[in-house]
Amino acid sequence: MEDQDYTDISGRTISLECQNHSGFCREFTVSSPKVSIGKVMVYTCSVWLAAYTVFFFTQNTAVLSCAILVTLVGMMLHIHFVKVDHESVLIIGSVGIQVSSSYASGRETSTFIEMSRVKDIAINEAVYMHQIIYYLCILLKDPSTPDGVSRVVPLFQSSKPRLNCLVKVYKSCQEILSTC
Amino acid sequence: MVLKVFFPQCCNRAASGLLVGRWISSDGHDSAVVLAVIHYPFIPSQVKQYIQQMEARSKVELCVLGSWSLPKDGQEGMESFLRDLSTMFPQKPWLQISRQMGKTGFTCQLLNRDPTAQQKATKEDVKKDDEEENEEEKVIFVHYEQRKVMLSQLHPIRNGVTEPPTEPPSELRQVFHTVAHSQPLFFLDKYDDGPLKSTHWQTQGREGSIIVELLKQASVPVCAFLSWLLSVWTWTCSMRIFRLYPLRFLSSKLSTCAQLSSRTKHLRTLTSPKAAVNHTQFMRKAHMFVSFLVDVALGMLLVSWLYRDDHISMLANMLVPAADRVAKELEELLQWLMGAPAGLKMNRVLDQVLGRFFLYHIHLWISYIHLMSPFVEAILWYGGLSACLGLTFALSLLSDMVALLTFHIYCFYVYGARIYCLKIYGLSSLWRLFRGKKWNVLRQRVDSCSYDVDQLFIGTLLFTILLFLLPTTALYYLVFTLLRVVIMLFQGVIHLSVDFLNSFPLFAMGLRVCRPYRLAEGVRFRVLSDEPGTALHLLMEINPLKSSTVIQTYRTPTYSCYPKDSWAALVKKLFVGELIYPWTHNSTKADATKAD
Repeated sequence: MEDQDYTDISGRTISLECQNHSGFCREFTVSSPKVSIGKVMVYTCSVWLAAYTVFFFTQNTAVLSCAILVTLVGMMLHIHFVKVDHESVLIIGSVGIQVSSSYASGRETSTFIEMSRVKDIAINEAVYMHQIIYYLCILLKDPSTPDGVSRVVPLFQSSKPRLNCLVKVYKSCQEILSTC
Repeated sequence: MVLKVFFPQCCNRAASGLLVGRWISSDGHDSAVVLAVIHYPFIPSQVKQYIQQMEARSKVELCVLGSWSLPKDGQEGMESFLRDLSTMFPQKPWLQISRQMGKTGFTCQLLNRDPTAQQKATKEDVKKDDEEENEEEKVIFVHYEQRKVMLSQLHPIRNGVTEPPTEPPSELRQVFHTVAHSQPLFFLDKYDDGPLKSTHWQTQGREGSIIVELLKQASVPVCAFLSWLLSVWTWTCSMRIFRLYPLRFLSSKLSTCAQLSSRTKHLRTLTSPKAAVNHTQFMRKAHMFVSFLVDVALGMLLVSWLYRDDHISMLANMLVPAADRVAKELEELLQWLMGAPAGLKMNRVLDQVLGRFFLYHIHLWISYIHLMSPFVEAILWYGGLSACLGLTFALSLLSDMVALLTFHIYCFYVYGARIYCLKIYGLSSLWRLFRGKKWNVLRQRVDSCSYDVDQLFIGTLLFTILLFLLPTTALYYLVFTLLRVVIMLFQGVIHLSVDFLNSFPLFAMGLRVCRPYRLAEGVRFRVLSDEPGTALHLLMEINPLKSSTVIQTYRTPTYSCYPKDSWAALVKKLFVGELIYPWTHNSTKADATKAD
């Protein structure tokens, strides 16, 4: 188990954890930075300030209760559906690869891809406006053509680590893929 | 090469015995699915006979996979006995799995029977030297919960009947298929006095419920009776007298009749004596049943509200004055159009003709409504009873009544649209003549043409007349199209809600909420932490289907089709003056296609 500090493409600190369960089973977890208390306070204060201004002009208390409701519901939806806490890739030789992401509220979604469908793992480049972003992806086999790729499944989409982190994960995965 | 052993969680603490299951081979390597453990003491010939019986009943290739040993106190010395067992069941590779009480890890030995290989590979320790790793068999134990995997259905569903599979089924699919079809193997429980004792998820005894058994017994005569009733009803509906032209045309236009025939079809499928063959048919039948029940329940709720506190007479008293008001508003609208609407100057003569024509129409309609007014309450009373058959019936009846009550607006729209359409076509043709061109019907294009002088003269005259009459007709057309569009929107909302009630997969959503393991999108693996030095143990959990996928997969096709014109085509039709019917029923075509 190793824990190291890397940065993502925007410069925020993320951490990578590699767990070696067995010779052919490894798990990589990338944790995103948590929700910062400062940002939460800024958003809440601005929403309530706006609500107080509207209340000052209209003298309607429904505006205030609406603002409270909106803040609460918005925060709940954000931590349940939007904010990703950590993403992990579990690679088990000759069984498959499991990609899962866990949200700040504890909800976990995962997808399992069987090894028979996996062609390879690769680091791809994507050009986005003025940036070139590297991302790790799983290439899936195409049943009709023997050498074709039917789909590309990108990994670590919310945490977006930089190339050094990706290279480490890539090398580790290739060790397992080459033996099985 | 890695060997995967799918081991049921219920057998983790089973006493020593033989492992029964199936070998799955895919992509060159084998996996073993363990289904049950048969305990000592046993007679090998009886075991073979039992397995052959089970194979015949379940159509799954069962065999003895190997031996399982969990030595309890005072049972040492099993090792040699276990090795000798392998000689009694030749042919396939033999697994020897053993476990110590107090330790969570299993150990596994594989005896390969292949005469060319002649290896006895052992795997006990993960951390070996690199040289030895290439020659060993690595073993992964995948623990699964037997009952959940047995009841689960892996999506996307492959029936094999509707579309032949393009590729061989994946290993996971084969595992699910094996466990689901091995139900006869799980009937032997610990209270049976037979020669064999086995451990699986149902060893503690099969559970049953008296209510469920009684319902099952009662459902047979009830279904027979209902199917007889429905056949009588279908026979009366298909009698010759109903095939006469006006009735047939009316019944194809009314949405109540379409809903009635659709429900009849559903009930006939439900009460047919054939059991559902595969998962899709079962889900469809279950959905029809649940949606019918929910529909009737909602209808009963509506009935109980309607017939309480004299709501019906209140509605009836509101209806005739409302119709009067609508007629008065329309008359005022026409008077406004006949004057100078919005400051536009209309052609006085045409204006008066069209306005008087429509006013007379309204006068006829109002007298008709006044004629019907004493019967309105009775009609509402008996119409409300139809809600007992379901909320969808009440809604379709409402939609039909609205269509009948606003029939005059529909007539106005058709007249206005026809006149406008004629005018537009005439204008476009005469415009081409004005420019010296002609429409070539053969080649479907515009060609130049030389006209005679008198043709040109009359054409230009007609063109001018039509052009200057255009604003008047265009205004009438616009007003009546808007009214018709408002009514169509209202009817459309009702149709959409009826469609929603018909097609929403309530049963599948209920399953997804209450028993999420029944509908599986895939699996999730979790590494079980165990002692270092043993094989890898994984726990396989079922990943349930997402709600959006549930709705997409299990939506029942209904008789109504969504608007077939896109927005652009609709606007074009409105501009040219063609009649628009965005919500049509293609009941006859839909029935032929959904022949499941």
